Amino acid sequence: MFGIGVYIIIGLITLIVLYPLVYVLSASFSDPGAVLRGELWLFPIDPTLDSYSRVFQNEDIWTGFRNTFLYTTLGTALNLGLSIMIAYPLSRRDFYGRSLLTIFLVFTMFFSGGMVPTYLLVRDLGMLNTIWAVIVPGAVSVYNVIIIRTFFQNIPNELRESADLDGCSNIQYLLKILLPLSKPVIAVMILFYGVSQWNAFFDALIYLTNRDLFPLQLFLREMLIQGQLSDMVQVSDSTLDAHALTVEGIKYAVVIVASLPMLILYPFLQRFFVKGVMIGSIKG
Amino acid sequence: MIKRNWDLYLLVLPVILYFLIFKYYPMYGVQIAFKDFIAVEGIWGSQWIGFDHFVRFFESFYFERLLSNTIGLSLYNLAIGFPIPIILALLINEIRIKKAKSFVQTVTYAPHFLSTVVVVGMLFLLLSPTGIVNQFLSLFGISETSFMTQPEWFKTTYVFSGVWQQMGWSSIIYLAALAGIDPQLHEAAKIDGASRLRRIWHVNLPGIRSTIIILLILQTGSIVSVGFEKVFLMQNQLNMEASDVIATHIYRTGIAGAQYSYSAAIGLFESVINFILLVIVNYTAKKTSQTSLW
Repeated sequence: MFGIGVYIIIGLITLIVLYPLVYVLSASFSDPGAVLRGELWLFPIDPTLDSYSRVFQNEDIWTGFRNTFLYTTLGTALNLGLSIMIAYPLSRRDFYGRSLLTIFLVFTMFFSGGMVPTYLLVRDLGMLNTIWAVIVPGAVSVYNVIIIRTFFQNIPNELRESADLDGCSNIQYLLKILLPLSKPVIAVMILFYGVSQWNAFFDALIYLTNRDLFPLQLFLREMLIQGQLSDMVQVSDSTLDAHALTVEGIKYAVVIVASLPMLILYPFLQRFFVKGVMIGSIKG
Repeated sequence: MIKRNWDLYLLVLPVILYFLIFKYYPMYGVQIAFKDFIAVEGIWGSQWIGFDHFVRFFESFYFERLLSNTIGLSLYNLAIGFPIPIILALLINEIRIKKAKSFVQTVTYAPHFLSTVVVVGMLFLLLSPTGIVNQFLSLFGISETSFMTQPEWFKTTYVFSGVWQQMGWSSIIYLAALAGIDPQLHEAAKIDGASRLRRIWHVNLPGIRSTIIILLILQTGSIVSVGFEKVFLMQNQLNMEASDVIATHIYRTGIAGAQYSYSAAIGLFESVINFILLVIVNYTAKKTSQTSLW
């Protein structure tokens, strides 16, 4: 009895999470008119790639993809490099001052100068409208540093001691022994930092005004959200003119296109991120 | 010891500099909240004016609305969004078929990877007067509701879309804690004749108690700074009455309106309240359950 109850509830939850995703996917392949008339429930109606071809004709989408790709690769490299540089010394018991340094980092998780002083700083550094404004201000996540440190700490200290006897310096040990042993946590960090860079929009919104530098998410915001209100008024007037229909179809396709890289990578990444959260949680 | 590890100090130096510049310098810059900030004079050169900006904020027309929206949204979000991942983890933990378990996990984790912009975009599409939700409701004769523009729907839409996106992801940490429970406890309870429901109540829940408390403390610590990005994206002139929170107000007056000192004061007010709440909750948790952040 209890077992059946569990499966029914879990089944319902899964359905609720899955349905909107499937619906958007189907809608992106359907005739926009049919979607607006409410004929679509599950499978695409009059399957067409119209909306997709319009999305890929849009120059903003290409600019956005190019910039986001650049910000994601550069940003993730910087995130990872800096995080390892601080996590490694913090993992060493013989690193004098590590508890003080930990407090120095953790304090920033709970207290910050806030949006305006940070904006003024970035402005005074002359980083407005440069790619640095997007990747530098949030370069290190303290939470991720703690995860990496914890992972490093679980690698037996004897390994370092014997390397030490063979005349291996700290940096050599980090590069040649510790990092190759830390592939799981590095993969997880690339995933965490990469996803947040890919999805980030707020720094770009505040610091960038030059459209040529806009990441994908800012263009998405224009297409999906800002245009929405005026469209809604238009559409609910039941004036389903051709333009409104096209716009509506494009929106569904845009959602899919923007999430495509994640959707493709997702099955390969899954085993990593579960592991990542586990590493982070068991010994916080 | 310091001499022997000199290279480690060299390694952390750039990161310390980064934190000093990008995290601590803005804290120093917060003093403009007590000053009449003039750009050419700089932070140091501007005139001190004491608590004027704070007084102006407390007496402003927006103060009450901002405070009640911010706290209301956070508490609503906490009350719904916090327990659901725990329940989900307990349920997933009870699934005995391995394939079903991994399917459920794959599906429920997925929305976490969608960007906030995409999720809010989906909300606008699915909840619009012509969207699927209204079409579904119309089958039952319920008339069209414009969820995204009516203030009374704002908080519910915000909270439940958050549950949809994050419940699977948030449940991972509890699943990890559940996996760490000693199986002997379950064996012993079984021998004593405990049903599965009783074992969840008496073995599983106490087993993840400290994880629950730590996460609760962390969440209440940020109760005043609700998920700003999503609120900002969901906000429009029509739902402003319910959607205007402290953080969006800071953005509007500070970054968009260039009233730097005034909005820095509001930001400081927000940080201080957050910090006080964190200390109180942490203290309470320590007293009542011996679990705390520090």
